[in-house]
Amino acid sequence: MSLVLNVLSVLAVCAGGFFFLAGTVGLLRFPDPLCRLHALTKADNLGLGLVVLGLLFQAANPLAALKLVAVWLLALLAGATVAQLIAHLARPSGPRA
Amino acid sequence: MAFDIGLTFLVLGVAAWTIAARETFAAVVGFVAYGLLLALIWVRLAAPDVALTEAALGSGLTGGLLIGAGSRLRVSQSPPAEETPGVALKTAAAVLCILISAGLAAIVPLLPDPAPTLAPQVAANIAATGLGNPVTAVLMAYRAIDTLLEIVVLLLALVGVWSLMPDSDWGLPLGSRVADDPDSVLTFIAQLLIPVGILVGIHIFWVGSIAPGGEFQGATILAAMWILASMAGLVDAPAVTRRWLRLVLVIGPAVFLAIGLAGFALTGAFLAYPESHAKLLILIIEIPLTLAIAATLALLVAGPPKRAQR
Repeated sequence: MSLVLNVLSVLAVCAGGFFFLAGTVGLLRFPDPLCRLHALTKADNLGLGLVVLGLLFQAANPLAALKLVAVWLLALLAGATVAQLIAHLARPSGPRA
Repeated sequence: MAFDIGLTFLVLGVAAWTIAARETFAAVVGFVAYGLLLALIWVRLAAPDVALTEAALGSGLTGGLLIGAGSRLRVSQSPPAEETPGVALKTAAAVLCILISAGLAAIVPLLPDPAPTLAPQVAANIAATGLGNPVTAVLMAYRAIDTLLEIVVLLLALVGVWSLMPDSDWGLPLGSRVADDPDSVLTFIAQLLIPVGILVGIHIFWVGSIAPGGEFQGATILAAMWILASMAGLVDAPAVTRRWLRLVLVIGPAVFLAIGLAGFALTGAFLAYPESHAKLLILIIEIPLTLAIAATLALLVAGPPKRAQR
């Protein structure tokens, strides 16, 4: 049982790491701010989500698991809204339209 | 081990990059990343209390302060030629920096190994304070005077910021309001995040007596929530002249000082708590202190009133 959980953890965390890598490559290589924001938020949402999923299999008790999920939800909320705020300022038509 | 070495080189690299960055904003971003990596190092050194403080105060709050300072600098013109340092001054500064670094590098290997420590005494006497977290015991009991002085320094810094304000700004609300539109994204996240943030801030403060956390870390989170509410236009920032504001700022250090002086009468020493009531007294100090720190930090970041530029 614990072997299965460990394998699932490794798979999920590695997948999360892949999304962070892809997000970072996108941040460095994409041509304009909106594309770069898109790459970044993907890394935050999916990458962190998969890392949290992987860690959930290792959580010692339900409370620790709940805290992990709360961290992910807060990061989702912050990432999504901050991306919106930056996109407002960065879009070609100007900050206010 | 490989992870720690990699982390060390990453921190050194980010530090060098922060110094070398030519643009103020880029340097601030580097500084924030440096602080977060440093927090990771503190975690690796099994010092979660320091890591929390570094992440919240050293990286987050100081980063916010520096961004504010940087954006204010950009508005003003570049300094006149006679104010930019000449080659001689720059060389002198570089030589001094190298000398200090070399001196430190020479001294570090001379330190006794293992380092002298009071940790066993702290562990032996922690029961007398009624606390479970040795870091909090050091901050609030053994070295309470350091903590008291830290609060006073923070307060003095705020007085310094306020002293630089022109008289005409004295009655205006402090800081700047960003969103006036109640449907804006900022208002949305403020309404959603602030209840959670206040809860987390109080939790971190409360849990500090038995686990990593404490009044500085909790207060920083509370301060961030207040700044968010004020930026989103949910609350009106107070003016310097408001009496309740000054009361909140002063009451923390005042209670601390009063209980410290009462120590003379009760146990014969400044800031000494009678053993039977140590935990209660520490709590009575900590609650107004947390509010005072939160208010001081928030007002430091908010800065002087900023008039609408539209």
